[in-house]
Amino acid sequence: MGEILLKMEHVTKRFGDHIVLNDISLSVRRGEVIVIIGPSGCGKSTLLRCINALEEIESGEIWLRDEKIESRSKRFPALRQKIGMVFQNYELFPHLTALGNIQLAPVKVQGRNQAEVQAEALGWLSRVGLAGREKSYPRELSGGQKQRVAIVRALCMHPEILLFDEITAALDPEMVREVLDVMLDLASQGRTMLIVTHEMRFARAVADRILFLDKGKIMEDSDPETFFAHARTERARHFLDTFEFNNERLKKL
Amino acid sequence: MDWDFIYRYLPVFGNAAHLTVKIGTAGIVLAILVGLTCAVIRHLKIPVLKEIAIIYIELSRNTPLLVQLFFLYYGLPKIGVPTNVEICGIVGIAFLGGSYMSESFRSGLESIDPVQTESALSLGMTRFEAMRYVILPQAVSVSIPAFIANIIFLLKETSVFSAISLMDLMFTAKDLIGLYYKTTESLFLLVVFYLLILLPVSLLGNLIERRMRYAGFGD
Repeated sequence: MGEILLKMEHVTKRFGDHIVLNDISLSVRRGEVIVIIGPSGCGKSTLLRCINALEEIESGEIWLRDEKIESRSKRFPALRQKIGMVFQNYELFPHLTALGNIQLAPVKVQGRNQAEVQAEALGWLSRVGLAGREKSYPRELSGGQKQRVAIVRALCMHPEILLFDEITAALDPEMVREVLDVMLDLASQGRTMLIVTHEMRFARAVADRILFLDKGKIMEDSDPETFFAHARTERARHFLDTFEFNNERLKKL
Repeated sequence: MDWDFIYRYLPVFGNAAHLTVKIGTAGIVLAILVGLTCAVIRHLKIPVLKEIAIIYIELSRNTPLLVQLFFLYYGLPKIGVPTNVEICGIVGIAFLGGSYMSESFRSGLESIDPVQTESALSLGMTRFEAMRYVILPQAVSVSIPAFIANIIFLLKETSVFSAISLMDLMFTAKDLIGLYYKTTESLFLLVVFYLLILLPVSLLGNLIERRMRYAGFGD
């Protein structure tokens, strides 16, 4: 495993009186794929949003290598380019084509050469199975296609770490697979990824580490084999049970 | 109906229409700039500037254009600001229109899901870049119908220019009625010329609206 890329130290986040993240500490090494699971409202999406400073934290610190993540800092937009994020509802820009979406930030923000970015974008589009769709507007694409464009858009910024926030949750079942396949491909390239998902079989297949969050705390942090076979906490076992349809509780119904 | 009279005074109305269009256009262009600026300031909640924008908008929306023009035309020279009728007309339309344009743009801005901004920020854009490249293009196209309604409204409002002796269509019609008592003919010319100016704007507006709808963003 590589150097430590991302470090969270005693991060706490509240919404009013409600503690969403409770003293979270976490290190992510380069090349690691971490899947974060847990019941809804456990703080897993907020965790990702804090790393990208879309939410401000009350206390604690988050570091990307030797740079502190602070949304108010003038230098933060540049740091943020190194943190790619993919959202549940794609959030493509509807007034731009797929290619326009992908090129916008690399060209306008990073000031890179348009032809070079375009070549890279087309290469990625064909790799994720969207060759020939670069001129399509988001409204002309299916959910799964939009999400793959969103992934390519994040990749073309050359991020050091990728955050995926329940990116298959809004998709029809048959489209989930095409998106998960892209993520498996990325994982096999050794990219550093933090993934929030409810797809347990995918989590097991892709993860180096599973984090189980409940009530804003990391309850378990282990490799997928251990977690799925021998979860330590009752809370995690109960959570995993809800994904099984042959358990005792359901048989009684 | 005295067709001979109408024929004779057609060029006079033509000149007046030219003036109406000239001042209306200049005023509306300024109004759009003022409105865009105010809407973005309010949307981004920029301190101090936001309060100034709100005061301006309320002042502008809640006073009649006629009163605003009187203030500009008779008031400004008293405090030592030299002025002329044409500039008064342009500034008056910009002052009134700025608030209407601002409110139209703002409703467009607010119709865009805040996650779009987050999506832009997550790509390393600054708030300003997110506004410029992602939010404004979408907001402007949402605002187009309200925006065209404002343009038509403002062009019609130019008819009060006659009160500060600007030789626009209304002034010309009143002048001719006063001089020759040709009420029917003068009013006929007045209506025809307003329609000549406004109908194309209205039709063009419909066309743009339809175009924008086809290029619409709906999923």
